[in-house]
Amino acid sequence: MSAQAVLFDLPGPKARRRQRIGTAVGAVLVLGLVGLGLWRLADNGQLDPARWAVLFDPAAGVPQALGEALLNTLYVAAVGMVAATVLGALLAVGRLSHHIWVRIPVTVVVEFFRAVPLLVLILFCLLFLPTVGLPMNPFRALALGLTLYNMAVLSEIFRAGILSVDKGQREAAMALGMRKTQVMTLVLLPQAVRRMLPVLVAQLVVLLKDSSLGFIVGYIELLRQARSLVEFFNFQFGNLYTFQLYVAAAVIYIVVNVALSQAAKVIERRTRSNAKTAAVAAPNDPTSTITPGAAGPV
Amino acid sequence: MQFISDNSDLLWSAFLTTLSLAVLSGLVALVLGTVLAAMRVSPVLPLRGLATFFVETFRNTPLTVVFFFLVFGIVQLDLQFPSRFTAAVAALGLYTAAFVCEAVRSGINAVPPGQAEAARALGLGFGQTLTTVVLPQAFRTVVPPLGNVWIALAKNTSIAAGFATTELTAALQRLTNSNGNQILLVFAVIVLAYLVITLPSAWAIRVIERKVAIIR
Amino acid sequence: MRLTSRPARYAAAFAAFGVVLTGCSSEAGNQASEQEADSSASVNTEASFEAGTTMAELNEAGTITIGTKYDQPGFGLLNPDGTPEGFDVEIAKIVAGELGIAPEDITWTETVSANREPFIQNGQVDLVVATYTINDTRKQSVDFAGPYYVAGQDIMVAAGNPEGIEGPDDLAGKTVCSVEGSTPAQNIRDNYPQANLVTYDVYSKCADDLTNGNVQAVTTDNVILTGLVAGNPDGFELVGNPFTEEPYGIGLALGDTEFRDFVNDVLEDSFEDGRWAEAWDRTAGAITGEDAPEPPTVDRY
Repeated sequence: MSAQAVLFDLPGPKARRRQRIGTAVGAVLVLGLVGLGLWRLADNGQLDPARWAVLFDPAAGVPQALGEALLNTLYVAAVGMVAATVLGALLAVGRLSHHIWVRIPVTVVVEFFRAVPLLVLILFCLLFLPTVGLPMNPFRALALGLTLYNMAVLSEIFRAGILSVDKGQREAAMALGMRKTQVMTLVLLPQAVRRMLPVLVAQLVVLLKDSSLGFIVGYIELLRQARSLVEFFNFQFGNLYTFQLYVAAAVIYIVVNVALSQAAKVIERRTRSNAKTAAVAAPNDPTSTITPGAAGPV
Repeated sequence: MQFISDNSDLLWSAFLTTLSLAVLSGLVALVLGTVLAAMRVSPVLPLRGLATFFVETFRNTPLTVVFFFLVFGIVQLDLQFPSRFTAAVAALGLYTAAFVCEAVRSGINAVPPGQAEAARALGLGFGQTLTTVVLPQAFRTVVPPLGNVWIALAKNTSIAAGFATTELTAALQRLTNSNGNQILLVFAVIVLAYLVITLPSAWAIRVIERKVAIIR
Repeated sequence: MRLTSRPARYAAAFAAFGVVLTGCSSEAGNQASEQEADSSASVNTEASFEAGTTMAELNEAGTITIGTKYDQPGFGLLNPDGTPEGFDVEIAKIVAGELGIAPEDITWTETVSANREPFIQNGQVDLVVATYTINDTRKQSVDFAGPYYVAGQDIMVAAGNPEGIEGPDDLAGKTVCSVEGSTPAQNIRDNYPQANLVTYDVYSKCADDLTNGNVQAVTTDNVILTGLVAGNPDGFELVGNPFTEEPYGIGLALGDTEFRDFVNDVLEDSFEDGRWAEAWDRTAGAITGEDAPEPPTVDRY
């Protein structure tokens, strides 16, 4: 954010005029394209209110179905988020351990789960784990798959955050006579989590979206439900409602995810306005210092 | 192991499809994402707004939905991609560009302000400041996050299975149906094929990261 | 319809808002309200079985887990209220009823092609009724009761059949669509390699592609195609020349002969007393308007 004001001089009157002209031309172009798109859609009958009414018609069961599916999505995502965050933090600490017999296995676990496609991981949980005596259902398989994959990604984010905390913090804590665990849990992790909050939330948004991979094991979340509705109506009405149902699913995902990101921003601002933390965070923008070692959201 | 030799053609072509999907859409995403990042830090407000809108839309939509709109949605606009493969490249490229943009932007933010200030003091304009001073440094710091985006992209290609592209996950579906009694083996082979792409990438990223890192 | 759960109420309120907004109701909604009277598979409450058999266990537990597909038009589709419906589902209800289990006590699990055999082998489901073609490879890992229906692979083309496709041999050089991992797709690949096959994950996408002109034909089992034609009678037509036999069986654990015999008995009874035809009329038949075909002969291999 700080870079923005630094990258260019304030535009002068001439540049501002050029920008205004450019903006007007651009706006006309964009509006023209949107208009053309809408016209084509209307031409193909996609804007017919009767086709959109199905989304709000309780008699067709669509709003209830999408509502319950959204809850399913939120439920499995919430479980995955909590479990992955806790395990990710533990793994990050383990990977920074001084004991090689902790560090090596933790590294192997993290690298493996980061490298395997989530889709394959979820299927594996559902099909293989029952053969070794772990009862599975679609929910457990999906939650477990999301947890395993995201804990690996989050552990890298936490690790980058811990490493980005100034050396002096650790040294000061040591000098106060804190034990290694105390240094980690009381000094390093809290600062790391705060610094990584934007990346952390971005990853949680990815997790929420990835819950849509539950279709492979038959967990009825939002996207699977939308697809089922498409199939169900397709059988009787052809593709009358296909476009509308997918638009609905996309809009719901965007609203939920934007809300999640906004909530994170509020939390971030709150923690930052706190005087004690502000003193730590102020010298350099946390979002900028973390980048070198950071694992971006994937 | 019999079934591997029986299906070697399918597995090999599926592997190549996955790889070429990832590489092509990766290039699209890299170029588009960098342009978007430049737009997001540019002096022109509408450009910033447009880029932000793009990024927020694609970052918050599941990839499957993006695929759906590029394959079936645009038909309602009387448009079509020449083939399903190009549609898949476009979907993956657009979606990943949003993540590339965020990674590059964080890299731009990580370049010390003094660099840009010095460039401006030398009389460089926005474009010159960005392309000759800031971006070259930014790219060095964003190697790890970009690498992660690449690995994620390689795995995200699996969504194309549902949209008429026979890549590794489509091969997985086909083989599990015809080899119901050897499912674990089928899985192992497919996972291995993904690991062949992702593990060396992870290793290469680490090497590049070490080579180009700027010690401050 | 009673809305019990809080989310359902919220959804309903939201829906009311939307209806006001759009100012009209939907065709799908009107149709759904018309089809209220639904299936009521009879439950044999007096069923009793020899101790130690699978039937006795299930009867005692009063519940059964059945795997079916949720994306097979006419056979298994997920109703918006969250329960599956279709011919497979009705057949499963008949079998469960004979075990003394009411339809609402059935736990439905979605089985996709990738997990049918493992689910049976791991005991995650008691039965699989999921357009499951009986073949020799599968017989090595699971046992089959039935068949309860014999489908045939057929071809759907654009209305008027502009390409003049009369059978699978005419597909050479044409682009034809099917679902990945399905038996019909494999058949095209193996026996008609000149056809250019594209695969999606569900049939509706194939139908869309036929509408868009990206493919010249869609091929799968005839009943599914009939359903797709019913959805868009002005756009599609069925070639009507089935060229394979796909006997659909009920999958169950390998070696459980008593259970298999029991399911076979139930199927034969339902063929004779009309419950089978009734199930057809209520599901696939209701959409396609076709009378129930002759029931197949159960194969006690």
